[in-house]
Amino acid sequence: MKKSFMLEGLDCAACAAKIERMVSALDGVSGASVNFVTTKMVIEGDEAKFDQIIKSATKVVQKLEPDVIVKKA
Amino acid sequence: MKMGTNQKRLLKMIIGAAVYALALLYRPGNETISLVIFIAAFAIIGGDIILKAVRNMMHGQLFDENFLMGIATIGAFGVGEYAEGVAVMLFYQVGELFQSYAVNKSRRSIVGLMDIRPDYANLERGNALEKVDPEAVKIGDIIVIKAGEKIPLDSVVVAGISMIDTSALTGESLPREVTEGDNLLSGCININGLIRARVTKEFGESTASKILDLVENASGKKSNSENFITKFARYYTPTVVAAAAFLAVIPPLILDGANFSTWFYRALVFLVISCPCALVISIPLSFFGGIGGASKNGILVKGGNYLEALAHTEIVVFDKTGTLTKGVFKVQEVVANDISQEELLELTAYAESYSSHPISVSLKQAYGKEIDQTRIAGVEEISGHGVVATIDAKMVAVGNAKLMWKLNPDFKEASGVVGTVVHVAIDGNYKGYILIADEIKEDAVNAIRGLKAARIRKTVMLTGDAKAIGEKVANDLGIDQVYAQLLPADKVEKLEELLAAKSAKGKLVFVGDGINDAPVLARADIGIAMGGLGSDAAIEAADVVIMTDEPSKLVTAIRISRRTLGIVKQNIVFALTVKALIMILGAVGFASMWAAVFADVGVAFIAILNAMRVLNTKRYHT
Repeated sequence: MKKSFMLEGLDCAACAAKIERMVSALDGVSGASVNFVTTKMVIEGDEAKFDQIIKSATKVVQKLEPDVIVKKA
Repeated sequence: MKMGTNQKRLLKMIIGAAVYALALLYRPGNETISLVIFIAAFAIIGGDIILKAVRNMMHGQLFDENFLMGIATIGAFGVGEYAEGVAVMLFYQVGELFQSYAVNKSRRSIVGLMDIRPDYANLERGNALEKVDPEAVKIGDIIVIKAGEKIPLDSVVVAGISMIDTSALTGESLPREVTEGDNLLSGCININGLIRARVTKEFGESTASKILDLVENASGKKSNSENFITKFARYYTPTVVAAAAFLAVIPPLILDGANFSTWFYRALVFLVISCPCALVISIPLSFFGGIGGASKNGILVKGGNYLEALAHTEIVVFDKTGTLTKGVFKVQEVVANDISQEELLELTAYAESYSSHPISVSLKQAYGKEIDQTRIAGVEEISGHGVVATIDAKMVAVGNAKLMWKLNPDFKEASGVVGTVVHVAIDGNYKGYILIADEIKEDAVNAIRGLKAARIRKTVMLTGDAKAIGEKVANDLGIDQVYAQLLPADKVEKLEELLAAKSAKGKLVFVGDGINDAPVLARADIGIAMGGLGSDAAIEAADVVIMTDEPSKLVTAIRISRRTLGIVKQNIVFALTVKALIMILGAVGFASMWAAVFADVGVAFIAILNAMRVLNTKRYHT
C-alpha cells in the first residue's frame, strides 16, 4: 500500500532527509521518500499496519519539525 | 499564505532592528540598562529560535539549527559581545528569510515548469455543460474542450477540428492538428477550435497524472550526490560541534596566556557554521530542477540517479527499427525489364493485395489506387517464397529469389542491392524487382552527430535485420558498430558483451522504442524508451522516457544532466570551501561570527540562486 502526504511548511532540506530516514525505519514501512521540492512524503508499507504507520510517521514529523503540518495529499 | 508568515517575520525583524539601533545609539552610561535594551532586541529578533531550540531539545533533538544558533548568540552575550550577539541573530534571520523566499520561488518555478495538471473539465450532461473536477469524469463521458483550455483527460475527438499545443508534454513547439477520431492527451492545450471528445481514460490513468506522478516521485531514487551530502551532513554537525568544544576548552588550558573568552568566542564561530541545512538545500533543488527542465523538453527522467548517470554516458546502443528508422516500409525503387514501372508496381500490388504483411501494405501504398478484385482470378501463397497470382489472365509471380529459382533455375539476383527485394516474373519471364526499405529518420542524423559532439565514446546499433541493411543504415548515420541478424535474446547477449567491455565509471545507455525490448531496457545502465507518449508499456519499462520519436532528445538529456551535475558540484565545492575557510580563519581568530553567518545562510542563498540556473531550459535545445 502506498500513500502520499503533504508536509506543509517544510523549509529545511536536512530535516527532510532526517524525516525520510526515520519514517523509513518505522515498523511495517517498506519504503519512504520525502521530496523537499514538492514537500511530498510518500510512504509504502504493510496495509494491515497502515493506520499505525500514519500515526507514527506524523509523530516523527512533529518531533523533528514541529511547525510542519502533515496533510493527506 | 506563505508570504503571510514571511511578512510577519519581516515585520518582527524591522521592529527588532529598530530596538537594536536604539541600543547601539543610546548610551545611558549604565551597563545594565544597555544590556536590557540589547536583550529586548534579541528577544524580538531571535525569540522564536530560542523557543524552538528548547522545544526540540525536550523532544530529544539536540544539535538542531535553532539550538546551535541559540547557543552561539547567547554565548556572545556571555563574553560581553552584546551588539554582536544581536547582530548575528538578526543577520541569520534575514538570511533564513531570504533562503525561505528563494526556496519558495524555486519551488514555484519548478512546479510551474510542469504545469500540466488540468483544473476542470466541461462535462456534457444532456444539453448543458457543467464544469466539474476532472476526477469526477468517467470513461465514455463526453467532454467539451474550448479554445485555450487544457485537455483534462485522455480522450478521442468525436466532433470538431482544432490545433493542439503538445509542447508541455513533448517540448515540440509545432502544433498538431486533430480531427474526428484522433486521440487527445491530457495536459496538452487546445489552441483554436471547439472539440467534443469521448473520455478514454480516467483522470488518475490519464497522461497528465501519470507524468506528474512520475516526475514528483522521481526523488524516491536519489542520486549519489544527494546521498553523499545527506550522509555528510549527518557527521558534519557533530564533528564541528566537537571541534568547537575542543577549541573552547583545550587551548586556554595548554597555551600560555591564552584568554578563555577569546577561545570561547572562536568556538562560537564554529557553532554558527555547524548547521548543515545550507549545505544540503541546493542539491535536491538542482536535481529536481533538472528533472523538471527535462520534462519540459519532453524527456521524463524517473530518478535523480538516472539524471546523474546520464552525464557519464560512455556507450549508446540503439535499436534500429522504430528508433533510428521510421519503422515503416516504403518502396524505394522500381527496376523494370520490358515493362513500364507503373505496370510492374500495379501487378505486384494486385498480387499482394490479400496480404496484410508490412511489405504488402507498402506495395499497396506505393500503388495508391483502389484494387479491383474482379481482375484477380486466383492467388496461391507459397510459404517462404511469395505468391503466384492470376491477374488479367497473366500468371504473376511475386516473391524472393527462391521463388525465381523455382521458376527459372538460371535466375541471377542483382548484387549490391540493400533492402528487402521483391522480384516479379510474369508468365515465367523475369520482369524486374521492387526495392522496399525502412527509412532513416532525419533526426537520427542529428542524434548521432550530437552524441559525437558530446564526446560519447561509442555508438552501437542492434538489429534483427539482414547484415547488409544494418550496415547501410549504420554507414549512413556514422554509427561505430553494428550487430545484425539478432534474435531478441541475442540482443541481451550483445548488450552483456558491451557492458563487460566498458570502463567502470562509464554508463551504457540503450535506446529502443519499448516494444519487444524490455529485457534489454532493464539490463542497460540506463534504459531509454522512445515515443512514450500514450504508451504505458514503454513508460513502465524504461528509466528515461522520450515523449517524441526524436532520438536527438538523448543529446538534450545528456546536456541537461551534465549541466545539472556541474551546478551541483559547484555548489558542493563552493559551500564546503567557504565553510572550511571560515573555520580555519575562525580558529586562528581572523573570522568573526559575522563571517560565520555568511558562511551559513549567505552561502545557502547563493547556492540556491545558482541551482536555479538549471531551469534555464532554452540552453538545452539542439
